Amino acid sequence: MRRARTGLPSPRLSARDTASEALAGIVQRPGRALLTMLGTVLGVGAFVAVLGLTATGAGQISHQFTILEDTTVNVQDNGPVNNVAPPGTNPAIGFPADADAIAERINGVVAAGVWWPVSLPDGANFTGSLALSATASQTVSLLAASPGAVRAMGVTMVAGSRLSSYENDTAQHVAMIDTTTAAELGVAPARLASHPAVFVNGIAYTVVGIYSSAQRVVTDESAMLIPENTALADFGNPEPGIGNQDEAQMVIATKIGAAQAVARQIAAAELPTDPSRLVVASPPNPQNLQSEVTGDLASLFLVLALISLLIGAVGIANTTLVAVLERTEEIGLRRAVGARPRHIAAQFLAEAAVTGTLGGLIGTCIGAGVVVISAAAKDWTAVLNPAYTLPAPLIGTVVGVLAGAYPALRAARTSPLAALRTA
Amino acid sequence: MMGGPVIELRGVARTYPGPPPVPALRPADLVIDAGDYVAVTGPSGSGKSTLLHVLGLLDTPTAGTYLLDGLDTSALGDRDRSALRGGRIGFVFQAFHLLPYRTALENVQLAELYNQTPRGQRLDRAVEALRGVGLGHRLDALPTTLSGGECQRVAIARALVNRPSLLLCDEPTGNLDSANAATVMELLDELNAAGFTIAVITHDASVASHARRAVAISDGVLSERIGAGHA
Repeated sequence: MRRARTGLPSPRLSARDTASEALAGIVQRPGRALLTMLGTVLGVGAFVAVLGLTATGAGQISHQFTILEDTTVNVQDNGPVNNVAPPGTNPAIGFPADADAIAERINGVVAAGVWWPVSLPDGANFTGSLALSATASQTVSLLAASPGAVRAMGVTMVAGSRLSSYENDTAQHVAMIDTTTAAELGVAPARLASHPAVFVNGIAYTVVGIYSSAQRVVTDESAMLIPENTALADFGNPEPGIGNQDEAQMVIATKIGAAQAVARQIAAAELPTDPSRLVVASPPNPQNLQSEVTGDLASLFLVLALISLLIGAVGIANTTLVAVLERTEEIGLRRAVGARPRHIAAQFLAEAAVTGTLGGLIGTCIGAGVVVISAAAKDWTAVLNPAYTLPAPLIGTVVGVLAGAYPALRAARTSPLAALRTA
Repeated sequence: MMGGPVIELRGVARTYPGPPPVPALRPADLVIDAGDYVAVTGPSGSGKSTLLHVLGLLDTPTAGTYLLDGLDTSALGDRDRSALRGGRIGFVFQAFHLLPYRTALENVQLAELYNQTPRGQRLDRAVEALRGVGLGHRLDALPTTLSGGECQRVAIARALVNRPSLLLCDEPTGNLDSANAATVMELLDELNAAGFTIAVITHDASVASHARRAVAISDGVLSERIGAGHA
């Protein structure tokens, strides 16, 4: 109303002018501006670096997370709830006789079979053919394994053949041994045709195959594999219960990506009457792994980032307040040439906001650089999520605005008289 | 608007609230016509500054009516007072009040920032104002590289750039040596001759002698001394 009466143009400071005044205010004191930004630079930089490094690390973990681990499911027999086996003996294993066939009917299963470490009496030894009377000097594990389990273990044969269904069904005294054990016991791969035997505690097993390496279960130990039914006949039922180290287990090789789905079905498929007896261990979900990594160390660093942002805010607030006190003369002059208090407030607020934004930008660059350099140093792929990297400079803006609010208010309240009285 | 008095004070007084209340300016009447050149003289503490602040719309009178270009300023709010201050009054201060990190040109352009001068015209007007005070060759000089007299001329250019109704000068030569003071006073004389209305507030008799009218202030009482200045 009043404006209509006087016809005066309203004093105005456009956003562009505000921004350029703020920039001018910062640029004319670059050294101070940089020091003011330092806290924000560190805070935003730490924020970007921490999130980037965790993402990079997690990406690397899921990359290193081998296909092998991702295609393996293990099932352990935890034993029946009520053990009705006679004292001194163990209950029948939790897996049905046709466990291999049942598992292999599940979509995504490549091979599956039951195995367990046979517990031998103390002092048991592995001896080569009596003529050579060579004894294994190092520990050799005796494992019972179904034909499916041998296939699921992914053994690489050097000589002979894998344990067959026939040998299992008829409980033949046959065995597969690894190359190390074979060498120690004097079983040369070339001599396999002469049916060499290995004696375990006096029981002879004909070596039908020698393997050099395996993908699962017997990856890094010397082991002798005998058919499941042969082991039951010679050594009795294995002791159930996780933690015994010799409970019956099932190893399942799956197609890539099928492990989780197989793991969900296997217990009910094998033992529909008591699925909880079987404990299934599937590979950890890579995403869970990632969030775990993000959870621990990263949260600590994020707290540190937050602290440096807080320090950054205090820094900006302090410098802006000092600037307001230093520039009372300028404030008075601006008022004299037509600025309203709100224009003064806007200018100082904009200066703080621009300072914060520049600090955020620099911090984001430094943070991204740290991620890229540390990833490159380890030959990793740097992972920077644009969803939090691109808006990161805005954190600096927010810090600047919050920090600048009080000094800007002080500036607006500065009386033009007091401001111009300096002579 | 033109033709009428630029400034008209009717019983304007300013009392600072106490306790005890200090009557810095007793009810005063003053008319400054367009084209006038008025000197307000008085010793320090006489109320000169209070009168300056009231005239410059930096302070509000506690009594009376102040008409600027015929507008009753006492009825105006902050926005309109700021607009008047920026558009109709050009301030020249004793201490120049130039921003030290900005060039002469940028300092002049500061006065165009708040009054909606179209961005495209700001530079030309500022250059013109600086040429008008004889500093066309020092447009990009920083105040720190200018002499005191040059600084005050930049400040005068800044005061003139919006073509104000009144040039309000507060001890314009107070920080200058006599040679620089003389050039500044010559410039003011030229500006008045060119039609600008000027009010100079000073305690310096030689400065006051340039004005065509002299107004004395003592203990807050304003009194016109007709014929004091030289014609």
